[in-house]
Amino acid sequence: MVARDFYGVELRSRLLLGTSRYPSPKILAEAIQASGAEVVTVSLRRESGAERGGQTFWSFIRGLGLRVLPNTAGCHTVKEAVTTAHMAREMFDTRWIKLEVIRDDETLQPDVFGLVEAARVLAEDGFEVFPYTTEDLAVADRLVEAGCRVLMPWGAPIGSARGLNNVYGLKALRAHFPDIPLVIDAGLGVPSHAAASMELGYDAVLLNTAVAEAGDPVTMAKAFAIAIEAGHMAFAAQPLEPRDMAQPSTPMIGRAALGD
Amino acid sequence: MRIFVNGDQREVEPGTLAVALDALGYGNRKIATAVNGRFVPAPTRQSVTLNDGDKVEVVAPMQGG
Repeated sequence: MVARDFYGVELRSRLLLGTSRYPSPKILAEAIQASGAEVVTVSLRRESGAERGGQTFWSFIRGLGLRVLPNTAGCHTVKEAVTTAHMAREMFDTRWIKLEVIRDDETLQPDVFGLVEAARVLAEDGFEVFPYTTEDLAVADRLVEAGCRVLMPWGAPIGSARGLNNVYGLKALRAHFPDIPLVIDAGLGVPSHAAASMELGYDAVLLNTAVAEAGDPVTMAKAFAIAIEAGHMAFAAQPLEPRDMAQPSTPMIGRAALGD
Repeated sequence: MRIFVNGDQREVEPGTLAVALDALGYGNRKIATAVNGRFVPAPTRQSVTLNDGDKVEVVAPMQGG
């Protein structure tokens, strides 16, 4: 089943995978293959004239033949994020940018004010912005006004493996933006978190640490892929709403009268 | 002339960003550049003249989440 389109691109896989923190390039490549991801996230870092790491990584990524989503990780100001986005657009030859403007170093909480401003600047300049945001409805509304056609709320702080911290808020966001592709980005730890995200009606999940730092990243990548597919199927199949009282699943009519 | 490349002080001959990058060993590498916080697209590196004290950032592809 094709996922909702992301700026005109239809993806079959609902898993977007980060490329950082894997034990080796070989395990990264195997994990990407096991995940079925069609989009991988990448970044930019300083490189000296004597280093070759970036060139090696670039060759590796190109060899995968996948779509890349560059990020502005580590940026704390609008200016830093916008400049990084421009460098990424040239480097990776894509208008896609995962926009991060971080305010708090402990929680990596987005600076939502800077995020909206940077999103507006970039959208007006032709970028297709994937903003890493919170589940705040008003911020999401501002991001859409600024030109974002995808929203990526956090499940929990990056790398925390806590899952969905605010299910109520994420449900409200889904209900408020039925036509905007929504991606849970960050904070997931185990496949059940990803399944829960999809059961809320989210369109995709972006993962990194939960796969990369698992004891067996390749198997974990596959487990997440299965969970995401299962969660999406469950959402499409319209699950029951929780209720307070029991309801017998076996019909009571025709029950034998065996009491005194 | 003294400039800063990725935070490190370097001595280069006066000239353009393209000339400085070549002298610093970047050659035809896959990099992106900024000078004093402003993005410098690859085609314009030959027309951007560096000044003493300029802060040059040179980045390359990297793993990311």
